[in-house]
Amino acid sequence: MPKITFIAHDGNEITVNAEVGMTVMEAAIKESVPGIEAECGGACACATCHVYVDETWKAATGEPSEMEEDMLDFAFDIKPTSRLSCQIKVTDELDGLRVTTPEKQF
Amino acid sequence: MTDIGIGNTSTIETDAVIIGAGPVGLFAVFELGLLDIKAHLIDILDKPGGQCAELYPEKPIYDIPALPVISGQGLTDNLMEQIKPFDPTFHLNQRVDQLNRLEDGRFSLVTDIGQEFITKVVIIAAGGGSFTPKRPPLPGIEAYEGSSVFYSVRQMEQFRGKNILIAGGGDSALDWMLNLEPIANSIAIVHRRDKFRAAPDSVNKMEALVDAGRAKFHLGQITGLNGTDGQLENATIKAGDETFDYACDTLLPFFGLTMKLGPVADWGLNLEENLIPVDTEKFATSEPGIFAIGDINTYPGKLKLILSGFHEVALMSQAAHHIIYPDQTIRFQYTTSSSSLQKKLGVR
Repeated sequence: MPKITFIAHDGNEITVNAEVGMTVMEAAIKESVPGIEAECGGACACATCHVYVDETWKAATGEPSEMEEDMLDFAFDIKPTSRLSCQIKVTDELDGLRVTTPEKQF
Repeated sequence: MTDIGIGNTSTIETDAVIIGAGPVGLFAVFELGLLDIKAHLIDILDKPGGQCAELYPEKPIYDIPALPVISGQGLTDNLMEQIKPFDPTFHLNQRVDQLNRLEDGRFSLVTDIGQEFITKVVIIAAGGGSFTPKRPPLPGIEAYEGSSVFYSVRQMEQFRGKNILIAGGGDSALDWMLNLEPIANSIAIVHRRDKFRAAPDSVNKMEALVDAGRAKFHLGQITGLNGTDGQLENATIKAGDETFDYACDTLLPFFGLTMKLGPVADWGLNLEENLIPVDTEKFATSEPGIFAIGDINTYPGKLKLILSGFHEVALMSQAAHHIIYPDQTIRFQYTTSSSSLQKKLGVR
């Protein structure tokens, strides 16, 4: 089972077990990871599951789609590593993935 | 459909008020209508459909029984068609702020524009709560709200001669930039990328204004606000590696909408983690005569599905009937065969 680590704004880390095929957002919600709200339930329609992908994992997680880029416009404090976690599918290659949650999902 | 907008403030007396015009609220019109209960719907959005229309109008839904796939807007349009025979009255762009019980057992509701309703039953179908504009998490932004920072434009004149900064890259941001440019002293838009998720015509017009020197475009993000006593003097913009202060007295952030429970929390109902507990026979709240259906309620086994909301509507309507017509018993009927139901539906 791939493990994913969520790092909160204050540095607190939570590592969860994810299943291949689910999204990083779903892995967070399943374990009630704070900092991921996912108001729309994964429809790429709200931008409240915004995360910063650790630099070393940027290539493995790929680039956001155009739809995701559009939705990131509704998030805040966007960085080059910004992604919506509902749009990152968990694969075996992502075992050990580290993402940081923003101070606020607004 | 009748739409009563701002300006009509005489009290409306009715059998049922539905708070929230999402799919479940809309279907409540149908089930109540079959039982001869006339309903008024109130919604904070400018259109019916709730999240389906606001958050994912073009996205497919796959779990509506007998509709293998339908978009959020398609579902809304179909429901509007289905409830047409019952001619519901919509009160859009309004939020119910107050809900109180009257001495005669009925309820008084007052919206944020002062419209009052007197009703026998209240049906809360408010989903995830009220849609409210997203507030950018900028330190101290609250101090400027209402004086320098606005999340919507109600009266354009208010912005005449102002030095306006608009944040965002969607249709609202661009539309207001184009509309306010002629009356503003100066206007600029700040957006995190050079692509805009807006009507191509608006983007072209905005670019023409920028080329003509009548508007500015800053590729970047706001990181801070500076001013005194609620009066904005400049906004700090981070553009790439560069950070600068842009002089402006008005900021209009357009980052979409988010859902907040809102005034529902103040109506004296029992709540569990921002949801309203109900029974599963009548979907009644802790307050007799007030029902809660759809995503806003909770009970053992609750699933936040549109299809569950539809089921809740049917049972709730029977219970509402007992309150509105206490002397009548309901004869259970099918729309397929009942001539009286078919008459109500206008198909006979």
